[in-house]
Amino acid sequence: MNEITKDLLEQVANLHDIPQGAFNIRENGKALARQNTNEIEIISKKDKDGIDIVVQPNTKNKSVHIPVIVSVGGFDDLVYNDFYIGDNSDILIVAGCGIHNTTDQKSSHNGIHTFHIGKNCKVKYIEKHLGIGNNNTDKILNPITNIEVGENSVFEMDTIQLGGVSYSKRDTSAELKNNATLLITEKILTTNKDIAQTNFNVNLFGYNSKVEVVSRSVAKNKSKQSFYSNLIGKNKCFGHVECDGVISESAQITSTPKIVAKNVDAELVHEAAIGKISEEQITKLMTLGLDKESAEQKIIEGFLK
Amino acid sequence: MIELKNICYDAKDGNSKEILKDISLTFNENKITVITGPNGSGKSTLAKILMGILKPSSGEIWYNGKNITNYTIDQRAKLGFSFGFQQPITFKGLTVKDLLDIASNKKNTLSVACEYLSKVGLCAKDYINRQIDNKLSGGELKRIEIAMVLAKNGEVNIFDEPEAGIDLWSFEQLIKIFKEQNSTSIIISHQSKIIDIADRVILLKNGKVEHIGTKEQVMPLIEQQKCKKLKESEI
Repeated sequence: MNEITKDLLEQVANLHDIPQGAFNIRENGKALARQNTNEIEIISKKDKDGIDIVVQPNTKNKSVHIPVIVSVGGFDDLVYNDFYIGDNSDILIVAGCGIHNTTDQKSSHNGIHTFHIGKNCKVKYIEKHLGIGNNNTDKILNPITNIEVGENSVFEMDTIQLGGVSYSKRDTSAELKNNATLLITEKILTTNKDIAQTNFNVNLFGYNSKVEVVSRSVAKNKSKQSFYSNLIGKNKCFGHVECDGVISESAQITSTPKIVAKNVDAELVHEAAIGKISEEQITKLMTLGLDKESAEQKIIEGFLK
Repeated sequence: MIELKNICYDAKDGNSKEILKDISLTFNENKITVITGPNGSGKSTLAKILMGILKPSSGEIWYNGKNITNYTIDQRAKLGFSFGFQQPITFKGLTVKDLLDIASNKKNTLSVACEYLSKVGLCAKDYINRQIDNKLSGGELKRIEIAMVLAKNGEVNIFDEPEAGIDLWSFEQLIKIFKEQNSTSIIISHQSKIIDIADRVILLKNGKVEHIGTKEQVMPLIEQQKCKKLKESEI
């Protein structure tokens, strides 16, 4: 493993070393390293590129890391990862993709993740996306995430785009069963001429199902972001979408939160706010000793933390 | 020592309005000065001019022999000025610990950060990682605002109506904090209990200094004004 790969793994999956527990590290379309445990098995798919991650029922306090690295130009990666989480499990899944491209040919990663979450589970899923290298070369990430949250289960998803990704389109769909909870936090930073699109479609089928979507986006320079969410309440349920955007220079953010209640006991709320950094916030941090630029930086860091 | 020399401030919100008219004052080291006066007398404007949040239309500000009139807010902060806002500012994402660290310009250990919060009557473990957002009550935000001033440990502490939005227990604690401060304190306040601890009271009226003196000298003037206002409202 070279230094670039190590650095990317640290940034997208917080990996300083070979992780504890199960893992699969993919670099330029090939498995670089893999480890199974008694509770978590990673199996290569036979019909297409990708893996099945099978977590046995009652697996508690375990983790699985499946980061992807693309470190060459002119490479389009497509991978299907299916997760089968057994009942009563409590696990952490760390995915994420880092693209390092110093060439003048575009590179991309299309990760299609499907989660089948059993009953009474608690799953935390973290994915970070990052692009580095030649600023003029396209680094493209298109994650597709499909989630079925089983009865009485909680699925928490943190999705973070750290910057340097010239184009991304993330599509997330979820179906929630009785008493299922889905918590999504999305944080996206775009600069230069980056374009980022996000689509969330959540079907609240289950009685007492609940979804919270928090999206924080920062768009700088000439970058453009669009956020679309569609919550459909089909039972007694609760859904809340909060979309906050900060823009600077000539950047644009479009926010389209949609809520559809198809049951009289569905309670759905959306909030959206876009604007520049408030002058009052900058003034406050300046009274604590930060200059204007540092104050703005700190506010953005906090916003995306 | 801080010196204000002939400070004037005109508001530029369409119609130019003279908010401060030729104010000259000195603030001596390690003394508590309370600036009081009716609403619209220019108290908050004066506090903001001291911190550099507003620029005077004319006049000069000197600090320890240096002309700081053109110093920015952060330059004054680095000189040792700090400012407690009347309406605390909220942030999405930044935590109480983040702001305490910025205020003291170092990564505080948990125990040090806890000390600041304990002084304003907040249980540190409940607040240290809380975001400074609208989920906190007005009273909590105000206490955190004062904890930040403590963390900054400045030479000149300016408070704009620190009692606003604060509960009784915190108010007593606030008085105690002001008394313990080994710094130059400039407090904008209407509260008689805060005026009680002042070494000197400045009464502002219509953008001018009406009177400077001890609380014994100024309090009767404030009472007179209150009575006059009451009588006028009865007529």
